Amino acid sequence: MAKKSGKNRKKSTRTYIISFALILVFWAVIEIMGHMNMLSSKMLGLLIPICAYSIMAVSLNLVVGFLGELSLGHAAFMLAGATAGVVFYNSAGLNMHQVPRVILTLIIGAAAAGLFGVIVGVPVLRFSGDYLAIVTLAFCQILKNVLSTTYLGVDENGIHLAIDQGSFRLAPGAKPLIKGAQPISGINKISPNVMVSFTVGIVLLILTVAFVLNLMNSRAGRAITAIRDDEIAAKSIGINLTSYKLMAFISSAVFAGLAGVIYVLNLSTLDFKKYDYNLSINVLVMVVLGGMGNVPGSIIAAALLTLLPELLRGFSQYRMLIYSIVLIVIMLFNQAPAFVQFRQRLTARIRGKKPEEEEQVTEVADGSYFAQKKQGKEDE
Amino acid sequence: MKKIITVAVTGALAASFVMSASAAETIKIGGIGPITGAAAIYGSNVKNGMEIAVEDVNASNPDLQFELQFEDDEHDPEKSVNAYNTLKDWGMQLLGGTVTTSPCLAVGAEALNDNMLMLTPSASSQDVIDLGDNVFQVCFTDPNQGSASADYIAEQKLGEKIGVIYNSADAYSSGIYSTFIAEAEAVGLEVVAEEAFTDDNSTDLTTQVQSCQNAGADLIFLPIYYTPASQVLIAADKMGYEPKFFGCDGLDGLLTVEGFDTSLAEGVMLLTPFVADAEDDMTKDFVAKYAEKTGGDVPNQFAADGYDVVQVLYAACEEAGVTADMDPSEVCEAVKAVLTGGDFSYDGLTGAGMTWDASGAVSKDPRGMVIENGEYVSLD
Amino acid sequence: MQFLGYLISGISLGSVYALIALGYTMVYGIAKMLNFAHGDVIMIGGYMVYFTFCSGGWNPFLAVLFAMAVCTLLGITIERVAYRPLRSAPSLAVLITAIGVSFLLQNIAMLLWKSDPKSFTSIISMEPLSLAGGKLSIPAETIVTILVSVLIMIALIWFVNKTRIGHAMKAVSEDRGAAQLMGINVNGIISLTFAIGSALAAVAGALLLSSYPTLVPTTGAMPGIKAFVAAVFGGIGSIPGAFLGGVLLGVIENLSKAYISTQLSDAIVFLVLIIVLLVKPTGLLGKKTAVKV
Repeated sequence: MAKKSGKNRKKSTRTYIISFALILVFWAVIEIMGHMNMLSSKMLGLLIPICAYSIMAVSLNLVVGFLGELSLGHAAFMLAGATAGVVFYNSAGLNMHQVPRVILTLIIGAAAAGLFGVIVGVPVLRFSGDYLAIVTLAFCQILKNVLSTTYLGVDENGIHLAIDQGSFRLAPGAKPLIKGAQPISGINKISPNVMVSFTVGIVLLILTVAFVLNLMNSRAGRAITAIRDDEIAAKSIGINLTSYKLMAFISSAVFAGLAGVIYVLNLSTLDFKKYDYNLSINVLVMVVLGGMGNVPGSIIAAALLTLLPELLRGFSQYRMLIYSIVLIVIMLFNQAPAFVQFRQRLTARIRGKKPEEEEQVTEVADGSYFAQKKQGKEDE
Repeated sequence: MKKIITVAVTGALAASFVMSASAAETIKIGGIGPITGAAAIYGSNVKNGMEIAVEDVNASNPDLQFELQFEDDEHDPEKSVNAYNTLKDWGMQLLGGTVTTSPCLAVGAEALNDNMLMLTPSASSQDVIDLGDNVFQVCFTDPNQGSASADYIAEQKLGEKIGVIYNSADAYSSGIYSTFIAEAEAVGLEVVAEEAFTDDNSTDLTTQVQSCQNAGADLIFLPIYYTPASQVLIAADKMGYEPKFFGCDGLDGLLTVEGFDTSLAEGVMLLTPFVADAEDDMTKDFVAKYAEKTGGDVPNQFAADGYDVVQVLYAACEEAGVTADMDPSEVCEAVKAVLTGGDFSYDGLTGAGMTWDASGAVSKDPRGMVIENGEYVSLD
Repeated sequence: MQFLGYLISGISLGSVYALIALGYTMVYGIAKMLNFAHGDVIMIGGYMVYFTFCSGGWNPFLAVLFAMAVCTLLGITIERVAYRPLRSAPSLAVLITAIGVSFLLQNIAMLLWKSDPKSFTSIISMEPLSLAGGKLSIPAETIVTILVSVLIMIALIWFVNKTRIGHAMKAVSEDRGAAQLMGINVNGIISLTFAIGSALAAVAGALLLSSYPTLVPTTGAMPGIKAFVAAVFGGIGSIPGAFLGGVLLGVIENLSKAYISTQLSDAIVFLVLIIVLLVKPTGLLGKKTAVKV
């Protein structure tokens, strides 16, 4: 047991180093290439989405990988953060200095997403498994639906809020902040220079990763993983299930809100329709592909899955067909026991030695706790 | 093994994103629209229309040649910006896009930054042309369609009690709906039922039709696309409800739905700029070429809009003396000067004597059509 | 009378959800996986019926049988190629693969049959049932869909409880390892489950499109999700639960459209779902599984 915890500590330090090295190298390479004008417009355009999706994946990993609950509603927190942020950002207007404006927008977005996390989390965390999945999906659909019937605006008579168009009248000249299903458009970017926005994105990503890794290596984090591995055992040793579950869930929501803010500020458009279960599922794919509980894995998977459809542009209308085949093949290659063994044998042959035990341990830690958990329950 | 693959993939990714310059010999036109995903029908029609137009214009004048590249956006703002950047890397000088509204708003923000001229075939929201003076439309702006419809219904005394069925999650549909309601009130039309649906519950539109029937509507206004409209017509037929139906340009295509009993569309009125079975040579020629290209398909107004986009850009480039070595910003200023110069007018598939003002909105006459014996007949 | 009209259209929609949910819950109960591609198998079934019956002029029964055969084959193939290699992998991996399969089927359909909508001719040619002197009419499709759903539900319950293979299915569902030790061919049973589920999907496709006649490559996606919701609502894994959940979901959806708000009906449906689950966390007819320590 003592040996194992030593190994864990070593592993956690390694995860810190790998995660931050990964982000910093990515940032440095892009910065250097940017200064040398070597980046294509396409790559420049993808930088912020990559940061946003990485934050989404890392934060969802907190719920799926560390807490062990399947959430299909992560897009809702992104939407909550993005909407609150944009409403503030647009109403603050240009008469505020850009730096405090962006910082306040991020704080408001994160706070709104966190608040929505509380509203969702309190009832949702009473469920588990597929029921939890479906209820998170339900909350996501509700938020999207309600926002697309909301009208919000400010004029000299104060704030106007309505849920139908008929009762929504603004003084002439006042610009509505939210106008139902019409996308919010013309949102100013953080800066006309993409590299500035990219730096903001990287800083937020580092913040997210640092928070998640610190949380996971703290007392609270150990409690959260204990809940994941065996809820009843955790309860019996006096871990407060609800508060720890909520802690993980709300932190995850807060970071998704941050991701939402930088995502829409980059896109200059907020269309509620996009934030549905499909988006949540895409982020989930990133988490599973990167390995559950594996933070650097989530970042790599988020970047790869954002780039992949763009790389396939040459295939025209066959693009998404190929994307889906690649997705299936990757899942089979990464997760199917037969393939995993094959891969290990291959690695061993390349290295010219027997497969290391450590590697196998990592494989298990990477992804199969859901199976372990189920198995564990059955064994009992 | 895993690492080797990762390194190899990363290398390949990096290589594909490094800038590459290409020699310009012809004027490069970009097109963006959904050719995969749920909205693929609109994008693929525009794409085909644009391709036919490029063949036509290139044959007409060997001194001014167009080259078209069309990129998929899956009807997603983020993918649309990626498509835009891809086209920019390719060397696009003029953009004929994007097809759908919400992606158009995101791309518009980028295009404004680059001062790239955008002529959208079908993104009809007012917000699109409000983005900047580099954005122009070939289609009618939504508010115009909504108020024109209300005026028309009131002038012709087509109905006493009006019901509306619209897609509340769609920018196009809710845009027309809101101006229709406002104008209906102004001209004294009695709107007895306002029924919405969303993309998530559009499987069943029976209840909305029932509510119109129960409210006693004798005319149903359908500011929606033809696919849900065909469902409304079938549902009304099943319950033996026979009001008049009135729609906008989105209804065009109704008669070409495979397997649809066109007798149900008998008497449906619509304001549309394009009619596939019109008798003029231009339309006949286009329909024949379209069928040849697609293996027998009938073009809808999206295809015609796409065709007109290329033709308008070509005519404007010819007049402005645009050459292949001009950069996008110069092309934009030159073409903009021609389009808004006051003398420029274009007779296309979707209207005769189209002109543009500085706002970017097109001015052309909507044609009121009614479906009789499975064919469009002019209402006037 | 108006209320009855709305109720009937709600039941009509609900019975379609129920039919789809039966296939969902069947696969879930035995294979313990959410088959996200189920909705897309429905779409493929729909296209098969469209080409044979609507444009090919086949006899409707023959057309549906053909579609069932195609979907069965498709279901078995998907299971064999994409799901079976992941049998002992974490269930989330299978879920993601199922999503991949769902994308794949939609894109294949789009390439083969284009994205143009096709209008489906109802496979049921009977007149609507007229009640109360013509004031109320029930479409024949609704009656047939309800009858078919009930029949399938009864047949499934009988099959699972009374036949040898059904017992084997139950055994696999309860403890896969023990079932294997007892000499049950677990792979065979799971293949069979997928075959049944996919055949049901073909029937569901034909009836879904008979009532709601727009056929595009994404036709199956939303009803698939709604049926998943319905299955959870009724208690996932429970066959009568899936039926009840489906019908109730359809009724709630249409009544909220009729009496509360068409704009907010999605939100209302999901809110009701959440409230019901809060009161009864395992769904309406779901069994509470006590976790032993």
